[in-house]
Amino acid sequence: MKFSRRSTILGSVALAAGSAAPARAQLTIDMTRPNFEPVPIAIVDFSGDRVGADIAGVIRNDLQNSGLFRSISPSSFIQRDVDASAAPRFADWRGVGAAGLVVGQVQQAGGNIKVDFRLWDVVVGQQATGLSFNSQPSNWRRLAHIIADAIYKRVTGEEGYFDTRVAYVSETGPLSSRTKRIAIMDQDGANNRYITDGRTIALTPRFSPTLQEIVYMAYPEDRTPPRVFLQNVDSGRRELLGNFPGMSFAPRFSPDGTKVVMSISAEGRTNIYEMDVRGRAQRRLTNSAAIDTSPCYSNDGTQIVFNSDRGGTQQLYIMSAAGGGERRISFGEGRYATPVWSPRGDYIAFTKISGSGFGIGVMRTDGSGERMLASGFLVEGPTWAPNGRVLMFFRQQPNSGGRAGSVTLAQVDITGRFERQVPTPTDASDPAWSPLIPQ
Amino acid sequence: MRTIKAFAAIAAMIFMAACSSNEQQAAAPATTTVTPGSVADFRQNVGDRVFFDTDMSVIRPDGRETLNRQAEWLKKYTNYPITIEGHCDERGTREYNLALGERRANAASQYLIAQGIPAARIKTISFGKENPDPPGSDEGAWARNRRDVTALQ
Repeated sequence: MKFSRRSTILGSVALAAGSAAPARAQLTIDMTRPNFEPVPIAIVDFSGDRVGADIAGVIRNDLQNSGLFRSISPSSFIQRDVDASAAPRFADWRGVGAAGLVVGQVQQAGGNIKVDFRLWDVVVGQQATGLSFNSQPSNWRRLAHIIADAIYKRVTGEEGYFDTRVAYVSETGPLSSRTKRIAIMDQDGANNRYITDGRTIALTPRFSPTLQEIVYMAYPEDRTPPRVFLQNVDSGRRELLGNFPGMSFAPRFSPDGTKVVMSISAEGRTNIYEMDVRGRAQRRLTNSAAIDTSPCYSNDGTQIVFNSDRGGTQQLYIMSAAGGGERRISFGEGRYATPVWSPRGDYIAFTKISGSGFGIGVMRTDGSGERMLASGFLVEGPTWAPNGRVLMFFRQQPNSGGRAGSVTLAQVDITGRFERQVPTPTDASDPAWSPLIPQ
Repeated sequence: MRTIKAFAAIAAMIFMAACSSNEQQAAAPATTTVTPGSVADFRQNVGDRVFFDTDMSVIRPDGRETLNRQAEWLKKYTNYPITIEGHCDERGTREYNLALGERRANAASQYLIAQGIPAARIKTISFGKENPDPPGSDEGAWARNRRDVTALQ
């Protein structure tokens, strides 16, 4: 998929800001402050082509779902004749309470579409950002996500995460014979497709850094111990990753994609191994009689965080990526599990199990500053958005009357302030958030 | 036409027979007479499950009694290889529970080997928390989900 992308130098239309605006929302937000107010933003249907309204719809949905924006309903807009290539009537947009205004147009360009957009700072009365893209018409959803990312970045100062995918486990059927298969969808739930056939249970998918491959655990046949598989997402070609005696599971790519770290169980002991993806050389990284599992590389690839019950209960430990130097970092009450290192390196997110139930939390990488972001009967398996500011996890309700409780994906921002359910076609668990899709 | 009718009648009888035998099995108390040395004999008169405490893989005294009976039976009926399935309740994380189930299956396997069952007859597999039986979300269901199941092959 190829995009040509250039920032348009749209001569800043310095319409005088005019009368001093009353104290109102700004077109900036500091999302690390827990008391931020969502930025009110008006997104006009893009002009020039029928797909323009669809593009605007995807952008509205992305921004609204981030919890950082409030998308103003188009039915309340005052200026109906806004021209994508000229300055808007700022007073009309202040009148509907907007801090930002997004306009754009779509043009046919020799089989491709050319999409321009501008973000206007309504408060100040000038353009905040503007971009132009060329792409195949079928890429319109991605273009919309890329534009939403640009708006998010301009307003928050953080990289966006809308042009991403999520791999997860689709769950259907009764608990006694539940089908669990790997699916991949866009971050907003569109373009859902299945990666495994559901004949046997498949769990814990994780993306390679290029998104071209996933690793996951599956039972090769019924009653055959689970193995780790490497699968090309587009071709569907899959291969066994290592042929260890016993069970191999809990795989995860290194940040550079050259290695996969995983757990191997045999004779009641579970240790962590790394495997070179190309040469298939394997190396043992831990050597304990305990359960060492759920390994995850640090963002720079030099360390691995994992959970182990070597001290009696499940706790988080960090070691060198080459093995050795193991040290415990979790010391709160309860059991800690499924640690995941933030792509920006500042936090480790985890699942915590205590008397009161399950929780999703974050701590600094030295174990300090623990904060819980979500809790429930069963919440598990956090995964980071590529900007390290949003987490996805799964939430399971209690089973009752022989029926499985619902299992859904949820996302929460790093302040724990805004949680929402992520739509999926079926019950869903084990989300894995991809990096930004390469452009 | 006639042959088809006859066939249908036979099929119906088989179907009814299957139903009634299922009903019998479902309602059967442990004292029902079953063919000695059969899978049903093993399940009903020996017991195919041992249970564990939360987050533990130590075989409890009640589990030892069951495994002793299993060992005795398996020595008598030597034609069955077995697979020991380790299972967990839902109150743990998926990956950890896969390892815990493996540890539980291994604990029963080691116990049976110590009772004289050849290691070559035993396979182990973990299902973690993926196959709850019964499918409840209360202490009673969880206690029964923390289990090993010895399956005859």
